[in-house]
Amino acid sequence: MTRIPFDMQLLNLCAALLLLLSFAMLAQRRVVTLVNLLAIQGGLLFAATLLLAWRTGESHLYLSAVLTLSLKVIFLPWILHRLIRRLQVYWDTEPLLNISGTMLVGLLVVVFAFGLAQPISALASTTTRNAIGIAVAVILLSFVTMITRRKAMSQVVGFLSMENGLFFGAMSATYGMPMVVEFGVALDVLVAVFVLGIFFFQIREQFDSLDLHHLESLSERQPLAADSPSDPVQSAPLIKEP
Amino acid sequence: MKALDILTQLLELVAALAAAPLFLGWVNQCRAWLQNRRAPSIWLPYRGIRKLFHKEAVIAENASALFRVTPYVVFGAMVLAAGIIPSMGTRLPFTVAADAIALVGLLAMARVFQSLAAMDIGTAFGTLGARREMMVGFLAEPALLMVIFVASMISATTALPAITENLADQTLALYPSLAFTAIAFTLVLLAENARIPIDNPATHLELTMIHEAMLLEYSARHLAMMEWAAALKLFNYACIGFALFVPWGVSTGAGNPVALLASIPLLAIKLAVMGAGLALIETLSAKVRVFRAPEFLASAFLFAVLGLLVHVLLGA
Repeated sequence: MTRIPFDMQLLNLCAALLLLLSFAMLAQRRVVTLVNLLAIQGGLLFAATLLLAWRTGESHLYLSAVLTLSLKVIFLPWILHRLIRRLQVYWDTEPLLNISGTMLVGLLVVVFAFGLAQPISALASTTTRNAIGIAVAVILLSFVTMITRRKAMSQVVGFLSMENGLFFGAMSATYGMPMVVEFGVALDVLVAVFVLGIFFFQIREQFDSLDLHHLESLSERQPLAADSPSDPVQSAPLIKEP
Repeated sequence: MKALDILTQLLELVAALAAAPLFLGWVNQCRAWLQNRRAPSIWLPYRGIRKLFHKEAVIAENASALFRVTPYVVFGAMVLAAGIIPSMGTRLPFTVAADAIALVGLLAMARVFQSLAAMDIGTAFGTLGARREMMVGFLAEPALLMVIFVASMISATTALPAITENLADQTLALYPSLAFTAIAFTLVLLAENARIPIDNPATHLELTMIHEAMLLEYSARHLAMMEWAAALKLFNYACIGFALFVPWGVSTGAGNPVALLASIPLLAIKLAVMGAGLALIETLSAKVRVFRAPEFLASAFLFAVLGLLVHVLLGA
């Protein structure tokens, strides 16, 4: 067996742990823990970026590591925790599939992702090209998380985890995106979380719940009924808003 | 050199037979300490076995020959398994005959016999225990096989001694795949040996029993054999874990009596640490409902498959 240098071993460990965290997110029911897992994922990404920056000597990777730390480990989880406290959503409802079923689907997705990444890895020339498959798997697993959840909060966490996967993929395929793109994506994510936060309040005002299941039954007639001022149930949450 | 190999084999068998109840006693003692109880003597399992051997065996009227044979079959399977697992040396004459997959089959055979014997009398509790045991078994077995496959892929062989030699000879490297499979193996070990998240070995409530419910009809020497076999099973699982994940200290080369002698205290240290860890896990976790057991074992399978996939992709 060929010897792998120690820093590459650490990077591989980070990649493997990222995959494990995606599965943990898939299995997790509590929204608070889900956000904590997202923060840990960000932390791992930060560690992986630092390691890669140290190994390759690419200085812009240090910058994106700092960006990851401040945005994905500290700021976004903080906002999400605030939102959870404000909206009082602590648990997700029972998902579409049970946990064991979701896990098996997740495993199939990972196999598919590894197959998908094989030709890309063959083309890449970076030392971390093996990790591309893991990045694709993380992205697809975040998709599965978003698909199997009902609550808007968990879907947003899935979305952010997908962004983490994309970031990791870019890092392992080409040692990170150009700085302009990276800043742009970071800003996008930030704005998206703000907009979605406002959106949550709107959804809850409209439906008295964050269950996106209700959005499916939206039709032309219902908004008229909801808008009517004589409906006390609909207007009650408005008063409670801080 | 041949004589030394045979000596190693004999030493391993004797050590397994002698140390298995001691290991069980050690786990029980650690558990009692952690739970702020007065610990029973570490020799208690031996005393229990001796007491049972001196009693008169009582067997149900409608018991078939299968019921009488089962204790010996189960005990024999466990002793044979102890002979295959390289716990002290890797040059074992027995291991030529059986690899790791055969070992899993051997454990499965013991399980099938035990379950059949439990159903043989036709009491409700025996049948209930047998069914639950089979449910746990059929979920734990693929996970155990996956664990062994990962180690086999790293070493490119399914022979346990060769895997141990290969892993022991390497310089220390981080294997995320082995770390995942170690977690999976711990979960399987807990489930297969009737430990707390799945089954409570000290329970007296028949409705929650799995392993104990299957032994309700046995008495005297049959019960002694079954309990000794259960202790051997725990010992065997611990040794499989050492062979795959902490293979250091096992005498690997051919004909090295000093290494063989040195491996004995190392095995004792490993077992002591493992027993304390097992007691800690059992103290920290609560028994899950029997319907949650599939979820527990599915996560074991998931960890093992993740280890496999990570190994395939990262080569680590």
